[in-house]
Amino acid sequence: MNEKVISVHNLVKKFGNFIANDHLSFEVYQGEIFGFLGANGAGKTTAIRILSGLSRPTSGKVMVAGFDALKQPEQIKKNIGYMCQRFSLYEDLTVKENIMLYGGIYGMKKQLIRERTKSLLVRLRFEEFGDRLIASLPLGLKQKLAFSVAVLHEPKIVFLDEPTGGVDPITRRQFWEMIYETAARGITVFVTTHYMDEAEYCDRVSIMDEGKIEALDTPAELKKKYQAGSIEEVFIRIARHGKK
Amino acid sequence: MKRLLVFVKKEFIHIFRDFRTMVILFLIPGALILLFGFVVSNDLKNARISFLDLSKDEMTLKLTDKICSSGFFVRGENLHSYGDIERALRGNNNKAVIIFEKDFSRKLISEGKATVNIITDGSEPNMATMATNYVSAIVSDFNSELVGGGAAAMLLVHPEVRMFYNPTLKGQHMFVPGVITLIMILICALMTSITITREKEFGTMEALLVSPLKPIQIILGKIVPYFILSFIDVIIILVLSWFVFDLPVKGSIFLLLAEAMLYILMSLSLGILISTVSKTMQQAIFISLVGMMLPTILLSGFIYPIENMPKIYDWVSAVMPPRYFVIIIKNVMIKGTGFSYIWKETLILCLFTVVAIGLSMRKFNIRLQ
Repeated sequence: MNEKVISVHNLVKKFGNFIANDHLSFEVYQGEIFGFLGANGAGKTTAIRILSGLSRPTSGKVMVAGFDALKQPEQIKKNIGYMCQRFSLYEDLTVKENIMLYGGIYGMKKQLIRERTKSLLVRLRFEEFGDRLIASLPLGLKQKLAFSVAVLHEPKIVFLDEPTGGVDPITRRQFWEMIYETAARGITVFVTTHYMDEAEYCDRVSIMDEGKIEALDTPAELKKKYQAGSIEEVFIRIARHGKK
Repeated sequence: MKRLLVFVKKEFIHIFRDFRTMVILFLIPGALILLFGFVVSNDLKNARISFLDLSKDEMTLKLTDKICSSGFFVRGENLHSYGDIERALRGNNNKAVIIFEKDFSRKLISEGKATVNIITDGSEPNMATMATNYVSAIVSDFNSELVGGGAAAMLLVHPEVRMFYNPTLKGQHMFVPGVITLIMILICALMTSITITREKEFGTMEALLVSPLKPIQIILGKIVPYFILSFIDVIIILVLSWFVFDLPVKGSIFLLLAEAMLYILMSLSLGILISTVSKTMQQAIFISLVGMMLPTILLSGFIYPIENMPKIYDWVSAVMPPRYFVIIIKNVMIKGTGFSYIWKETLILCLFTVVAIGLSMRKFNIRLQ
């Protein structure tokens, strides 16, 4: 088994009386694609915010990239990449300027940023777009670019919060190819999505409901356990069960 | 530090690439200062004024001539009795009526005292105050001429001298400080609150927050560019007011610039505070305009004197930081006073800054928990 890059033990997060995360425990390994599913309001976003150092756990032990989420959130931030639901590049900056900005924020040397920018643009067949404003690019390209920028500094883990929302099927497919490449490089991909076909692409999937993790396994095992034909069925069964 | 620089650079790109931001930053200050200086000028020009001269002697005729030749007033009619006054003012032609009492010269010489009454059209309060002030100034000028002319030391009237610090009676002298105060609030509070809420709306704030940038670096990165540009604006306004309106800074220029920096910092922290309480750009704009700009225009004492306001507005205006900066800048720029006269206002501005920064840091941290 690979090295553990995320280990969560009895994570609880309360907002007043509301329990957003109720004793979560799970582990994620290096180079894994970990699908983090759950209906809206199940507590996914809260958990991701804690894992990415944005928010502190109420209790429990959370280790990300070897650092404690309670005591060393700043160290965690240096070792992760993040791409949120809403698109996170600056529209009025050019492609290169955006890359320069995020590279600089993550403390990368200028020379290194330049090299990576070049190879990144080549890989995306983007060379001629380097000096275009982000605003002038179609959404699919923007999303792919945002993902590339999120892993520009070669983080240990990259968090993707619904990265493919509103994107066409072809771009989604290309996007997942990029995710596979990234995982193959040894970067752990922690992804949330509402597309259940995407969940099938993950190495392991967890399904949250009402602040708890109700199921966690490989897609194949989950389908076997719930005697379902697809992850979608598993998901609906779990979410419905909880609603009662 | 390097991270901060990258971030500041990006803010500058935002500013220079956005046409509207550039207009607000550099065109509006110049336009406002010229507008206020020339067009909306509160200067009295050619206001019609009538006279009720009950003594018609050498002195009153001289004084009448002096008032009419000042350029501010145009000679109206000669009234004959008190009964005419109401009619003269009601006709809306006359802005004011001046009454010389009976035996003006005689009283002046024998008692050393004579009375000039000014009756103004109260339906235009601004005009009325100004006419009163101008006439008073002219009368006191006349008075000192009399004294200087070797006549026996006589005290003519006791006009309340409000224009003491504005001997040429220029309206611009009152507006330049006001416009600086207004523009700084506009640029600093409005623009910073907009740029921060814009990041929130576009989702880039999330990306910044999960990055190794510390909250204080994000805030500093937002403040630094606007601080620099606002400071340039202050200099532009001062240069404009010097060359166009012939209004140099009387006091220490360094003191003025230091105070301006403090005020800019205060406005910026208010902008950040506004952005922490508003979710969208519209909210930020609304709060900045209604919460900051209108009170600055109406309550800071730059257009309407605070002394003339009902007590309750006086209290409201006490929590408006611009009020204190108007006092500071008028003191340094027009009266030429030193720091010892304005330390209290300076301290109050510092206090506002600390409170605003403190509150926004707290808000920021709550959001992160």
